[in-house]
Amino acid sequence: MDPLTAQQDAIMQEIARHKGCGSGGGDGKTGCGSTAGRDDLPPEIWEKVKNHPCYSEEAHHHYARMHVAVAPACNIQCNYCNRKYDCANESRPGVVSERLTPEQAARKVVAVASTIPQMTVLGIAGPGDPLANPAKTFRTFELVSRAAPDIKLCLSTNGLALPDHVDTIAGFKVDHVTITINMIDPEIGARIYPWVFWNHRRYTGVEAARLLTARQLQGLEMLTERGILCKVNSVMIPGVNDRHLIEVNRAVKERGAFLHNIMPLISAPEHGTVFGLTGQRGPTAQELKTLQDACEGGANMMRHCRQCRADAVGLLGEDRSAEFTTDKIMAMDVSYDLDGRRAYQARVEEDRQSRVEAREAELRTLDGHGGASGVTVLVAVATKGSGLINEHFGHAREFQVYELSAAGAKFVGHRRVDLYCQGGYGEEDSLAGIIRAINDCHAVFVAKIGGCPKADLIAAGIEPVDGYAHDDIATSTIAWFKSYLDRIGRGEIVHAARGDALIRQGGLIALQSLNVA
Amino acid sequence: MALKIVASQCTGCSACEAECPNQAISEKAGTFIINPAKCTECIGHYDNPQCAAVCPVDDTCVIDPAVPRYQAAS
Repeated sequence: MDPLTAQQDAIMQEIARHKGCGSGGGDGKTGCGSTAGRDDLPPEIWEKVKNHPCYSEEAHHHYARMHVAVAPACNIQCNYCNRKYDCANESRPGVVSERLTPEQAARKVVAVASTIPQMTVLGIAGPGDPLANPAKTFRTFELVSRAAPDIKLCLSTNGLALPDHVDTIAGFKVDHVTITINMIDPEIGARIYPWVFWNHRRYTGVEAARLLTARQLQGLEMLTERGILCKVNSVMIPGVNDRHLIEVNRAVKERGAFLHNIMPLISAPEHGTVFGLTGQRGPTAQELKTLQDACEGGANMMRHCRQCRADAVGLLGEDRSAEFTTDKIMAMDVSYDLDGRRAYQARVEEDRQSRVEAREAELRTLDGHGGASGVTVLVAVATKGSGLINEHFGHAREFQVYELSAAGAKFVGHRRVDLYCQGGYGEEDSLAGIIRAINDCHAVFVAKIGGCPKADLIAAGIEPVDGYAHDDIATSTIAWFKSYLDRIGRGEIVHAARGDALIRQGGLIALQSLNVA
Repeated sequence: MALKIVASQCTGCSACEAECPNQAISEKAGTFIINPAKCTECIGHYDNPQCAAVCPVDDTCVIDPAVPRYQAAS
C-alpha cells in the first residue's frame, strides 16, 4: 500500500478512534459506522457526509438522492447480474425504465432538484458501469455541475477501469466513489465473475479475477490518496464469499475505505442470473447481521443500503422515479431555485439538531432500568422519513430495524415488504409475509394499525406499538425499551430470543414461501 | 465474412459500439447493428472480434455466413 499523506492518516486514525462498538454494547453511543453523527466524525468528513444519504445513516432519514441511467455498457460479467434485465448489483433487476442521454439526465436532475429540495446527491450507477461509459458519465457530470452547482456528484463502479479515470473523477470534484469489491482472493473471484474485458481482451477464470482485484485495490488507494471518500459494496453470497468478506473488510480498511456496505445476494430464479438459475441462495437476515457485526471495528459498516435501481429517485426507502419519466420532465416548467433549496435544507438541519438533545436525554434515563442486564432486542419501525414513526402499518413498504440495548437505539437494517393494506382491505398472505420479514423483532412501531393485524402480530409474538405516533424513532424506541425492561423486572413478561427473518428478493416479485426457523 | 448482432438477444447496452475499431456499429430501434461493409472481424486490429468479446450475452455477436469472407488488404 502506498503511504497515505499525514493528513489522511490522521483522519483515518480519528475515524478508527470513534468506532469499535460491536453489537453488544460498546461506547454507549448510537454512532457506530455510518450511523456516526456530527460529534463522532472529524469536521471535514462530517461536512462531506452530513447530507449524503448513502454515506450517513443519520442523513438518510432526511436527504434524498437520484441516479441517472446514462451508462448502459459494462466491462465485466457477474453471476448475480443478468444484462437482459439490468444490473442486479446497483439496482434491482429489470427496472431501469429508460436510458438517458447526458442532456436528458441534466434536465432530469434540475427537475427533481426543483421538486424535491432535500435531494442532494446525483449518482451514476449504471445500469452498466459508469467507467465503461466514460464519455457519457463525465459529460453528465459536466452538465449537472453547471446547472445544479450545489448537488454532490457520486459514482459507483466495479473498479476495473477505475485507475484510468481517477484524475478525471477528482477533476469533477466527485467526493464520493463506491467500488463493488466481492473478493480479494482470485480463486473466490472465479466463482463470482465469469469474465472481464480489459485492454481489448476478454479474460476468464482466475486470471480475470486476479486482474479485477488488482485494479480495484489500486483504484481504491488512488482515490483515498486524493482525499475522496470511498465506500466499498460487497454482495454476500453464502458458501462463496461470506466468511471471506471479513478479509475484504480488513483489506479495504487498510487502503482507506470510509464505509463497507455488505448487501445480501438477490438471486430469484426468475431474474435469470447464473446464481438464480443454479439455486445459489442469499443470506437470511440473521446471517447478514452476524457478518456485519463481525466486521464492526474494521471499516465502518453501512446497513441502510436499499440496493436501489440505477434510475432511483427519492429517499432511500422510497422510489419516486415514476414521477420523473422523460416525457414528464420535458413537459415540466423548471427553474433552479438555489436559495430556496438552501433555505429548505437549513430547516432540515435545525430539526435534526433539535432532536439530538432529546435523544441523549432519553438515553441517560436508561441507566437504572436494568440496562446493564445485557438484554438486546430488535424492533421494526414504519417510517416515511425524517427519523419519525410516521407510517401506517398497512402502508409500509419497508420497516427499519433498530437494535435496542444499554447503548441505545442502533439502526441495523431494513426489511422490504408487500403492502398489507391494498384498497382498504388487509391481505392475509401479505400479513404473513410481513411477519416473516420482521420475525426477528420483538415489537413493531407504527403511526397507526388496524385491529386484525394487531391481533395476528401479538399471536406471532411481535408487540404492535402505536403509542409513539409521529415521534422521533430513537427517543421513542428507547422509551419503550425502558418499559420493556421494567416489565421484565416486575416479572410480567419473560424475555425470549426471537427467530430468524427473511430478506425479500427484489422489489417486484411476490415473497416466496420459505421456512424461517 | 463480417459479424452480425442477433437482434432478439441484444440488450442494447452499447458496449460493442465503443469497442469497434471500424465504427461499423450503430443503434437501430433500441438494439445495435453491424454494417457488414465496414466490419473487418477486427483482423489487423485485435486478436478477437471486440464486439463478441465485450458482449454480455453469449452468441449474440456472431459470424454472418451470408456475407463473403473479409479479405485484409495485401
